[in-house]
Amino acid sequence: MSKILIIAEHDGKHLSAAISRCVACARLVPGAEITVAVFGADPAPVAREAAALQGVNHVLTIADAKHAHPLSAVLAPLVVELSAGYSHVFGASTTFGKDLMPRVAALLGVPQISDAMSVESATRFKRPIYAGNAIITVEVAAGRKVVATVRTASFEAVPGGGNASIAAVSPTAATPAHTRFVALSAAANDRPDLQSAPRVVSGGRALGSKENFAIIFKLADKLGAAVGASRAAVDAGYAPNELQVGQTGKIIAPELYVAVGISGAIQHLTGIKDAKTIVAINKDGEAPIFEVADLGLVGDLFQILPELEEALTK
Amino acid sequence: MRKILVGIKRVVDYNVRVRVKPDGSGVATDGVKMSVNPFDEIALEEALRLKERGEAAEIVAVSVGPDDAQQQLRTALAMGADRAILVKVTESIEPYTAAQALLAVVRNEKPDIVILGKQAIDDDAAQTGPMLAALWDRPQATFCSKLEVKGGVATIVREVDAGLETIEVDLPCVISADLRLNEPRYVKLPDIMKAKKKPLDVTDLAALGVSIDRGLATVLTEAPKPRAKGVIVKDVGELVDALRKKGLVS
Ligand SMILES: Cc1cc2nc3c(=O)[nH]c(=O)nc-3n(C[C@H](O)[C@H](O)[C@H](O)COP(=O)(O)OP(=O)(O)OC[C@H]3O[C@@H](n4cnc5c(N)ncnc54)[C@H](O)[C@@H]3O)c2cc1C
Repeated sequence: MSKILIIAEHDGKHLSAAISRCVACARLVPGAEITVAVFGADPAPVAREAAALQGVNHVLTIADAKHAHPLSAVLAPLVVELSAGYSHVFGASTTFGKDLMPRVAALLGVPQISDAMSVESATRFKRPIYAGNAIITVEVAAGRKVVATVRTASFEAVPGGGNASIAAVSPTAATPAHTRFVALSAAANDRPDLQSAPRVVSGGRALGSKENFAIIFKLADKLGAAVGASRAAVDAGYAPNELQVGQTGKIIAPELYVAVGISGAIQHLTGIKDAKTIVAINKDGEAPIFEVADLGLVGDLFQILPELEEALTK
Repeated sequence: MRKILVGIKRVVDYNVRVRVKPDGSGVATDGVKMSVNPFDEIALEEALRLKERGEAAEIVAVSVGPDDAQQQLRTALAMGADRAILVKVTESIEPYTAAQALLAVVRNEKPDIVILGKQAIDDDAAQTGPMLAALWDRPQATFCSKLEVKGGVATIVREVDAGLETIEVDLPCVISADLRLNEPRYVKLPDIMKAKKKPLDVTDLAALGVSIDRGLATVLTEAPKPRAKGVIVKDVGELVDALRKKGLVS
C-alpha cells in the first residue's frame, strides 16, 4: 500500500484547483491511501473542500495563526514531522509547491521529483526536462520516501462528492523565526484563473504597449477566457508577471489557447503543450508557433482581433 | 563586509533544440553549444550590483559539474566574480547531491548570501536553492525579482503565482533568482583576458566529504509525443467556423 500525504495549497478561503489535480495524480499510484494536510490560520473551510474531493481518504488540519501566510521554512519541519509513516509526500508544481517540497525533501534526506507528469508505478514517474523537449522516467530507490511535485497540467481535476474524515493535528517540531512574511500584492482579478481556466488568450511582444494589450483582455472577455502573456510581453511591462506562460511561468492545459503575436519560442511552447486546441495569430507565416497550432491564421493582429470579436458576437 | 557565493551551472545553451538519443540513454550533447545557465547569470549580475553598491566585498562563483564547467566559471570571472571554485563530478547527479556539495563549500567559505538561479534549464528541477537552505538550516527566498540588503536582513520580492510576495529574511540566506531580477551585462574582451588570471580552484566531491546520493535514478529518456499537424485557415470567418465545429465557441 502507498500512504500519500498531499500538502494543500489555498488562499485562506478556497482550496487551489491545483490540489484536485494533485489528488488525481496520487490516485494513480497503486494502492493509494490519500491524506491532505491543510495548514492555515483557520483551515476548516479549506479542509471541507479537500474532504469532498473524490479519492481523498483523510484530511488533517493544522491550525495556527502563523500559517495565515505560509512560509516554506516554517512549514517544512512540520511537514517532515507529519510525513512519518507515509511513503509519498506530494505537492503541486506551483510556486508554493516548488518552494516547499525541495526543502521538505532535503530535511528528509531524499532527492525530489519535480513536475511528475505520469505515474508508472508507486516508485516510477515520468517528468519533462529541457523545457519539455525530452521526457525522462525516474525511479526512486527501494525504502526511500517519494517526495514529488505534480505537474498539474498533466492531470484532470477529480470530481467532488467525496466524504473524507477531517481531524485536527498539532505537530510540535521547532520552526524558525528567520523568515518573515511582509506583504502579498495580488492583482484584484475577477477574470478566470489562468491556471485552471478552460480558455486562455495570450498576447506577446507584438502588442507593443500596455494600452494595446487591452485588446487581449477584450477578446478574453468575449470568450470568457483567462489572459496570459509571453515573457517578452511581461518583461516589457504590457502584462503583470503572474500572467507569464511558459517554462518559467505557468504551465497550463486549457481546452482552447489563443496565442496572439507570440512567436512560439520553446520556452513558451512548453507552457502550452497540453492545451487541447491551440490557435495562433501571427503575421509571420514562418513563426514556430504554427508548428504546434491546430488552427493558424496569418495576418496582422490589429486587424484580425476586431474582426474576430465581431464574428464572435454574431 | 559581505561575501556572496553564486552558483554557476554549465547547461546546453537555451537556443539549442535538444535531441533525444535513439537508445533512450539521454539527450545528445556532443558538439552542442554549452553556456552558463541563464538564471545563474542573473544571480551573478545581482551579486555584482551589490558589490558595485558597496554592499558586498567578495563574490565567489561555484560550479558543481564536469571539468569543462571551468569554461563557464571563466565566463563568471569575466563578468566580475573575484574567484571561482569547481567541484568536479564525473557523472550526472541529482540536485540533492549538488546541494550537499554546495553546503560543503558554504561551510568552508561562510558566505552571507548565496544566490542561485531559480532553476537550471536542463533538468528544470528548481530544487537546489531550497535544498541548500534546508541543509544549511537557513532562510530561502526563491523566485526573487527584487533584492534589498540592509544590515543583517534581506528584503525580497518574489514572483509567485498570485502576484508579488515580499518577505524578509535574516542573513545568511539563500536566494534564487527569477528572470526579472535584472538584465545581465555582456562580457567585454579585456575582461575575458583579465579573467584568465583570476583564481579558479578545482576540488571534488570526495575532498569535500560528499558522496553521490543514488536514491533517484533516470532509467529512460524519450522524445515527447509530437502534436498532430494543424491547418492554416484563410480568414477570420474560417477560424470561427472551425472553432464552432469543435464546440469551442458558441
Ligand atoms: C531562461 C529563459 C526562460 C524563458 N522563459 C520563458 C517563459 O516562461 N515564457 C515565455 O513566453 N518566454 C520565455 N522565455 C523567452 C523566449 O525565449 C522568447 O524570447 C519569448 O517567448 C518571446 O516572446 P514573444 O513571442 O512575445 O516575442 P517575439 O519572439 O518577439 O515574437 C513576437 C511575434 O509577434 C509577431 N508579430 C509582430 N507584429 C505582429 C502583428 N502586428 N500581428 C501579428 N503578429 C505580429 C511576430 O511575427 C513574432 O512572431 C525565456 C527565455 C529564457 C532565456
